[in-house]
Amino acid sequence: MANKNQNSGSISVKNALKKGDGLTRLSAVFMGAGNLFRKQVGKGLIFLALEIVFFLFMAYRGMGLLAGLGTLGVNEGGEVFNEAKQVYEYTMGDNSMLILLYGLLTLFIVIAFFLLWRASLKSAYQAQIWLEEGRRLPAFREDLASLLDSNLHKLLLAGPVLCIFAFTVLPLLFMAAIAFTNYDRNHQSPGRLFTWVGLDNFRKLLDSSSGLGTAFWHVLGWTLVWAVFATFLNYVLGMILAIIINRRDTRWKGMWRFILVLSIAVPQFVSLLVIRTMLQPEGAVNVLLRQLGLINGGLPFWTDVTWARITIIVVNLWIGVPYTLLQVTGILQNIPKELYESARVDGANALVQFFKITLPYMLFVTTPYLITQFIGNINNFNVIYLLTKGAPATMSYNNGTAGKTDLLVTWLYKLTMDFKDYNYAAVIAIMVFLLSAVFSLLAYQKSGALKNEEGFQ
Amino acid sequence: MSNYRRKKWISNLAVHLFLALLSLIWIFPLFWVVMTSFRAGKGSYSSTFFPDAWTVKNYTRLFTETGVFNFPRWFGNTLGVAVFSCVLSTFFIVSIAYVMSRLRFRSRKLFLNIALILGMFPGFMAMIAIYYILKGLGMTEGVLKLVSLVLVYAGGSGILQFYIAKGFFDTIPRSIDEAAYIDGATRWDVFRRVTIPLSRPIIVYTVLTAFIAPWIDFVLARVIIGTDARYYTVAIGLWNMLEKENIYQWYTRFAAGAVCVSIPIGILFLVMQRCYSDGLSGAVKG
Repeated sequence: MANKNQNSGSISVKNALKKGDGLTRLSAVFMGAGNLFRKQVGKGLIFLALEIVFFLFMAYRGMGLLAGLGTLGVNEGGEVFNEAKQVYEYTMGDNSMLILLYGLLTLFIVIAFFLLWRASLKSAYQAQIWLEEGRRLPAFREDLASLLDSNLHKLLLAGPVLCIFAFTVLPLLFMAAIAFTNYDRNHQSPGRLFTWVGLDNFRKLLDSSSGLGTAFWHVLGWTLVWAVFATFLNYVLGMILAIIINRRDTRWKGMWRFILVLSIAVPQFVSLLVIRTMLQPEGAVNVLLRQLGLINGGLPFWTDVTWARITIIVVNLWIGVPYTLLQVTGILQNIPKELYESARVDGANALVQFFKITLPYMLFVTTPYLITQFIGNINNFNVIYLLTKGAPATMSYNNGTAGKTDLLVTWLYKLTMDFKDYNYAAVIAIMVFLLSAVFSLLAYQKSGALKNEEGFQ
Repeated sequence: MSNYRRKKWISNLAVHLFLALLSLIWIFPLFWVVMTSFRAGKGSYSSTFFPDAWTVKNYTRLFTETGVFNFPRWFGNTLGVAVFSCVLSTFFIVSIAYVMSRLRFRSRKLFLNIALILGMFPGFMAMIAIYYILKGLGMTEGVLKLVSLVLVYAGGSGILQFYIAKGFFDTIPRSIDEAAYIDGATRWDVFRRVTIPLSRPIIVYTVLTAFIAPWIDFVLARVIIGTDARYYTVAIGLWNMLEKENIYQWYTRFAAGAVCVSIPIGILFLVMQRCYSDGLSGAVKG
């Protein structure tokens, strides 16, 4: 039936313009006309009012704001000599940042208006068709009531979509645009202008001969090494622990799980900050080891690069293993028992059983989980920032903006918050997005849940 | 046979010893915070492993000496933000999840795909831009900072985490909905009277996740709140106590504050995990 509709007279903009009558076509210019003159007064007036508001806005502000997008401001501001008064006066220059932000916002308003225009045209055409078919048009009251039934999705999604737009889409596009400008520490608004520079930032970041490029490739390398180790160690060790706790002869199963999960129940900014102070040169661990007479000086947990990297990975086990434990305990119990029995008959010991049965089975079932964990670790801001803030720093990484344990995301954070190099931060963010997107696609392909969402019902 | 039993006994002993040792290592940092919170003195350095002197002063001073760092006030701020944002966020997430799971409309697939892609951007890429947007709206002054925080927690990238709730709604058999439609129910009726009552575990899970977030987030909160200590949440406040210039005065009180926050939040987290696994096992059991 849907197909038939599409061929003959579906409600589309094209059909409305081609086959609509005068009133319907008039709606393309005066939005709401089609509804207004067919006694759908409320609906028609709303369309018309919105159109008037839009054109007034565009005439008074919108066109200027859109034009600003081209240059991002031309008037630098500063002291200007006032001939009449014979004094220097300080004038406010253009604020490139606000010009870009408002420009983008205006762009969205235009897009929203276009969607509204389509909706009004379709609504007019729908009214025409219904009248031709001899049906009664729904009154405004009935249109409102449909929001609780056939149009419930519009009502329920309105708030969330507005929020997603304001706090996710607009900011992301804003930052993505920044990646193509020179908005760095030397071009801070207000006061200084920034402008479009094309792909310059990308070129600089990827060029391994510059300080910035050196930092980028090294940080990227460590990010991947970290993500691989953090993901697989957590996974394998968590699984072994789950197997040990699940053994038939292990007692107090609930208690062991409870104790292990405690480490993730405590907020990370508490637990990780405490571990950071405990592992300082004069921290609790060094004091303890010294009192036991095991060492003389202090172990360089955070000051030596290799020590710091290994310490981070080990500390991460403390909060990663419990998550694996929670995740795999149920799945482990689903592995068919016969597999183990026949393996035992053939004389396989526990180790062989783990590598030949448990691990392959689990890898098969939990690959999507593993990939999400991998992406999570690429983006694992908390662990790195709370433990080391990226230190030990090195001047060879872009004059010390990045440290030896920085991940791309912590570097991005420091570039924005501490150094105000927004442009490079934005480029890094885009790189992180690309990394995540590639691995997400892998997860997406592997998991039937997304492809076949109605398979279950 | 006795040889087999002895071997089994030894391996059991080894397993339990291993678990006991691991548990000790596991709770050592937590034990250390609690111990520090009862230690006399201020800074992080301690020449001995166990405190020389024990005291509860860190707790009393944390709540009574509010001149520099006003912990009770931060606690109130965070509680307020948490309550409002969890109500709003739960409403948003349950709405999206329900719409995506139960209703069929034209742009549904598009919406799901966009949500998936948006979720791949690193969250704090948007942070600075969010701050400027809020600033543009005049929402970064005084108590409005906390209102902004509520909006961002409820309407920010967390909203894209509706997949878990959607997965849960997907397990509610459609025949229940259809039976209600035949009885003349509207979709809103079904949402309110059928789906929501059947979804307790996942709703509790969503409420708790949203409630916990403001207590543990320090990244976004620091950007929006800035340096005005009156509007700190506990997370930024406690974080600040450990900055270089404060740690020698505040470390033991930090520990006291950390204990006060961690115990309720930890309990809620454990409840949340229970709801999560209940939720995963589906809506209608049997």
